[in-house]
Amino acid sequence: MWYHKPVINEELLQSLPNLKIVASSGVGIDHLDLNLLSSYGVKVSNTPFVVSTDTADLGMALMLASSRRIVEGYQIAVSPDTEYFPADWLGAEVSGATLGIVGMGTIGYKVAKRAKAFEMKILYHNRNQRNKEEESAVGAIYCKKIDDLLQQSDFVLLSVNLTPQTHKLIGKRELELMKPTATLINISRGLVVDQDALVEALQTKVIKAAALDVTYPEPLPRDHPLLKLKNVVITPHIGSATKKTRCLMMENMIESIQAGLTGLPIPNEVL
Amino acid sequence: SKKVQAIYLWWQKTIIDQDLLQSLPNLKVIANSGVGMDHLDLKLVASFGVKMANARCAVSSSTADTGIASLLASARRLVEGCHVAVSSGMEYCEADFLGVEVTGATLGIIGTGSIWCKIALRAKAFEMDILYHNRRRRKEQEEQAVGTTYCEKVDNLLQQADFVMVVVSLTPQTCKLIGKREMELMKPTATLINISRGAVVDQEALVTALQTGVIRAAALDVPFPKPLPRDHTLLKLKNVIITPRLGIKTDKDTYMVTEEAAENILAALNGLPIPNEVLPS
Repeated sequence: MWYHKPVINEELLQSLPNLKIVASSGVGIDHLDLNLLSSYGVKVSNTPFVVSTDTADLGMALMLASSRRIVEGYQIAVSPDTEYFPADWLGAEVSGATLGIVGMGTIGYKVAKRAKAFEMKILYHNRNQRNKEEESAVGAIYCKKIDDLLQQSDFVLLSVNLTPQTHKLIGKRELELMKPTATLINISRGLVVDQDALVEALQTKVIKAAALDVTYPEPLPRDHPLLKLKNVVITPHIGSATKKTRCLMMENMIESIQAGLTGLPIPNEVL
Repeated sequence: SKKVQAIYLWWQKTIIDQDLLQSLPNLKVIANSGVGMDHLDLKLVASFGVKMANARCAVSSSTADTGIASLLASARRLVEGCHVAVSSGMEYCEADFLGVEVTGATLGIIGTGSIWCKIALRAKAFEMDILYHNRRRRKEQEEQAVGTTYCEKVDNLLQQADFVMVVVSLTPQTCKLIGKREMELMKPTATLINISRGAVVDQEALVTALQTGVIRAAALDVPFPKPLPRDHTLLKLKNVIITPRLGIKTDKDTYMVTEEAAENILAALNGLPIPNEVLPS
């Protein structure tokens, strides 16, 4: 299964009596009804760790591109109307700024490692605090309350799983706690953010900008306000989109499928 | 004009020529907002007894950030992706929209200077293998501190690197440093990133290399205000990201660069040693 297709529902499962396993690409499994699949005796696998590095890289790419206004800059550089470049067109610094990571799993931790080299101050919020060695290796400071992280960060990066608890984790209240000079970066799932609240926050300058690799739905309807805002960078869910990683994902999925079909323990089984 | 004792050059304006220098008899110092001095005729200015200074301290982190930002944006096809995400015809993203890996790849840095260390440290956090080439080799401790390997011949660097980043000053020796020969030595999967002056790369050779797949892609932080002609081929290629001299264009840098310039100007006017003096050589 790639890009959440085909849609797995009751009808499909009934029409495939010999289905043994669904191997899903990527780490997220929020698009699958695990209880339903289990009731049909169908096993499920994902590809959790192989996507982490590329997704962390993309998180950094989005943070840098947004703050230094690369997409806008490119458009100015190639526009047929450009004659000169205004001297007061400026971006914001990444080096030395404060990054708040919401969700310090494998991907969040890799982002922290990278951000440390940019001399960033790193705050994080997670269900559980990481141990002292892990924290000091990346210089990350735990914020038990997400509010503390939101109030201090210049960049807020979301790298949580989508669960009922993280659904609309970032809404109007959270956005208003953020600095008006802050940027929101989302590399988790579109539904982690209250999208309507985000549109309003961006339009009324409650926050400065957003960089999103994920939205809800994907793709957004072509007339959606997010597509028109100048202070938004949107990429088409390319967190794991490199040749090497896609090959590795495919290898993982084949391994899982072969195990599933021969009744052996399934690597990366989702229970 | 008799009152003018100092000039602060902002993004290479105003143009300093013989006429201007003659019209400002009391000019003592020209302070530049940046490191590069290739837009100034150093000997001419010195011949009028005018001192010159650049801004070195402010630029490194920001320029290093720009280099890595350009590298990541190009590798992951960020600008293209953004265009796909917002284009009116998009129903779904092609499953074969793929970029190349950054983590674990090989970065080759051509040129050193204060930026070198900052770029290398950032790249190291992405677990990149780092090669570098320069006229002079760095000290062993410096190399080890950032985990880099020296390539005495630039050819070795070009043949091994997945990303080639150019960070040299523009001089007669570095003009068209990267030309047809150098690009043909690069891997066909490699990306060229230029955060120096545009003239360091042979632009026509670059167009050919990009069109024929000799290299995969390029990211150019070209100098402004010298925009390319609007019909230039580089502006149309999908595998090129061009940015308008982002180098140190952040609000924090603007303050720091201006502070440095003010320091230099005040030192010159008070007859004190100038912190960042640049001598014609």
